[in-house]
Amino acid sequence: MQSNSAISFSVGLFILLGLISALFLVVQTLDPGRSYSGDSFVVEARFDNIGDLKVRAPVALAGVTIGRVTKITVDLVEYRAVVQLTIDSAYDNLPLDTDAIIATSGLLGGKYVELTPGGDTELLVDHGEIMFTQSAIVLENLIGKFLLKGGSE
Amino acid sequence: MNDTIRDCWKSFGQFASTFGGFQLFSFRLVPYLPSAVRRPWLVTEQIYAIGALSLVLIMFGGLFVGMVLALQSYSTLVEFGSADSVGAFASEALVRELGPVVAALLFAGRAGSSVASEVGLMRATEQIAALELMAVDPLERIVLPRFLAGAISVPLLAAIFSTMGILGAFLVGTVLLGIDSGVFWSQISSRVDFYPDVASGFIKSVIFGVSASLMAVYEGYYAQPNAAGISRAATRTVVITSVWILLLDFILTVVMLPEA
Repeated sequence: MQSNSAISFSVGLFILLGLISALFLVVQTLDPGRSYSGDSFVVEARFDNIGDLKVRAPVALAGVTIGRVTKITVDLVEYRAVVQLTIDSAYDNLPLDTDAIIATSGLLGGKYVELTPGGDTELLVDHGEIMFTQSAIVLENLIGKFLLKGGSE
Repeated sequence: MNDTIRDCWKSFGQFASTFGGFQLFSFRLVPYLPSAVRRPWLVTEQIYAIGALSLVLIMFGGLFVGMVLALQSYSTLVEFGSADSVGAFASEALVRELGPVVAALLFAGRAGSSVASEVGLMRATEQIAALELMAVDPLERIVLPRFLAGAISVPLLAAIFSTMGILGAFLVGTVLLGIDSGVFWSQISSRVDFYPDVASGFIKSVIFGVSASLMAVYEGYYAQPNAAGISRAATRTVVITSVWILLLDFILTVVMLPEA
């Protein structure tokens, strides 16, 4: 049996290594852009069809992630999907006529919301609504249309 | 025909009595838990023997499992044009499944068998009886420190296994497969979440640690006090623990699978 101090040293080293590894796993999995704790604002956008857009999908401006989708509900009056976007308040000077498109990253990638700023001098405010939206392109519908068209010719 | 039924009934009876004995043994350990705080050195000594000495095996195993995972997943993912997500694939598999399961299996082979044969030899050489004669409770002095050390060590070993695996996948991915290192890490952080991925892996490793070390001390404590009995105790520990961990892993995965 080794001396007590050697045992204490190895046990300490072992536990330290274990804790460092656990910390590494936790830190690696934290997405830096995931949560906007304090400084953010919320806007809503209504879409005819959101495809398979999910809560926590990114909101991008010119390809840069500036926020997240935080809530998806259905408006039972208009029968449209209401998507709540939470955007970092560093990007709060978006024009009122900004439009929102549901885009796909890559051919098989996940859906995200792409914002394209317009030219209005008025700005989007907290709890405002994005007026111009374009639904997700559902690949199956496209293929269906293509096939139908091909058949009629 | 009658004999077959009788044999089946007999082995079922044996199974039931072992299973029941195991449950009773586990419950008997519970009141001793506070006594470990009074003698932390006993636990520390066992963490050294059980955990710290398993470290090299676990690190080596993790590194190579991660490297193989990266190579294997690459050959499939590259066909779908998503070779960049090798890191995310490997780390999700490691954190959720392979880390807890393989670390617990290696632990059962490396430490569980040695604990079972050590305690079994103490029984065979009547050291446990000697302790009882001196009014020292063997459950408190022998069994509890070994059980606690195992239960503490396995989650740490699983975390180390997963970390080494991700580093191994990183090595293979960037050096051998030519994946950009920034893409590798960003894919991991966007695809692997703390909840449910890391959290479920941690819960699994705690459950595996408790059950693997309980089985090792149980088999050792109730080993037949002779040479064959000790070797049987070591074997049974490895076999039963491995089967139990694999079965339990399936059940826990079904229960904790996210609804996505």
